[in-house]
Amino acid sequence: MDPYRIIEVKQSVFADNNADAENLRREMKAQGTFLVNLMSSPGSGKTTTLTRLLAALPEKMKVGVMEADIDSDVDADTISRTGTRVIQLHTGGMCHLDADMTRQGVRQLGSSDLDLVILENVGNLVCPAEFDTGAALNMMILSVPEGHDKPLKYPLVFQVCDVMIVNKIDVLPYFDFDMEKVTAYARKRNPNIRIFPISAKTGEGIDALAQWLTETIRNWKAK
Amino acid sequence: MHELGVVFHIADSVVKIAEENQASHIRRVVLEIGQVSTIIPGYLLDVWNWNCKRVPMLEGCELTVEEIPAVTYCTACSRTYPTVPQGKICPYCGSEETYLQQGNEVEIKEIAVE
Repeated sequence: MDPYRIIEVKQSVFADNNADAENLRREMKAQGTFLVNLMSSPGSGKTTTLTRLLAALPEKMKVGVMEADIDSDVDADTISRTGTRVIQLHTGGMCHLDADMTRQGVRQLGSSDLDLVILENVGNLVCPAEFDTGAALNMMILSVPEGHDKPLKYPLVFQVCDVMIVNKIDVLPYFDFDMEKVTAYARKRNPNIRIFPISAKTGEGIDALAQWLTETIRNWKAK
Repeated sequence: MHELGVVFHIADSVVKIAEENQASHIRRVVLEIGQVSTIIPGYLLDVWNWNCKRVPMLEGCELTVEEIPAVTYCTACSRTYPTVPQGKICPYCGSEETYLQQGNEVEIKEIAVE
């Protein structure tokens, strides 16, 4: 006989985090702050896109940004130059944020007066997709140089995201990037995914994204 | 790829379950991990052993991993096939209309406590 007691658990490792994420979603809804989780691979232009987006959002909208990285504060520094309230979160070697870390960040930022908080997750297409942060909206950026086959290679991030931003469309003529294919591959993972082609460099497509986000937040608040 | 975060979540969960069951120490944790879950058991074990030294209730706790084979279901011909090495395309009818039936699990199956 086994000298120890066996306890049957049968529980997903992500169950606790998922429950915690649901709680955070409720908390954020109660205080009226729309939380966006922005994911992408490193170098896709998350910070540049954010800088553009912040400038295109209505002036009366109160926005905060949380920059998550394994180390450094270069991104927080860039965002702070736009005059937006920002904090840098260090994940201590971890490749993603979970709901509890997100909650700590939201508190540290001081978000009760904010309409919108954007979490810039660690640059990585694999791990952040596994951990629900408690965001009301999941958004990802795929940049043209990365290639249109990414929804096939990293299916989960496309499955969990409500929005796919295709960035760096200004360099489309120089790459074999097929917009039709990327749309088909992404929709295979998530038939409802919204796609915004933009260039954070030239500003093309930013207004459409800002308008859609503003409207989405308005509808969410009214619900 | 994210074994560190996964280990922290497993450790938190099993400590909570052990406390709820009035246990003082966890001797063994059995996981069920899908073949295509992106978790690499070898890495997981290294991080697990490191973390056990930091958590008194887990000191010397053994981690056992049971692998769940990945199986894909084809909606076109209603047959199943092993996901590795076939992938998304059905080997019987060539259809791409397939989905993963099992093999993505990361589950705590049971724990042994005293």
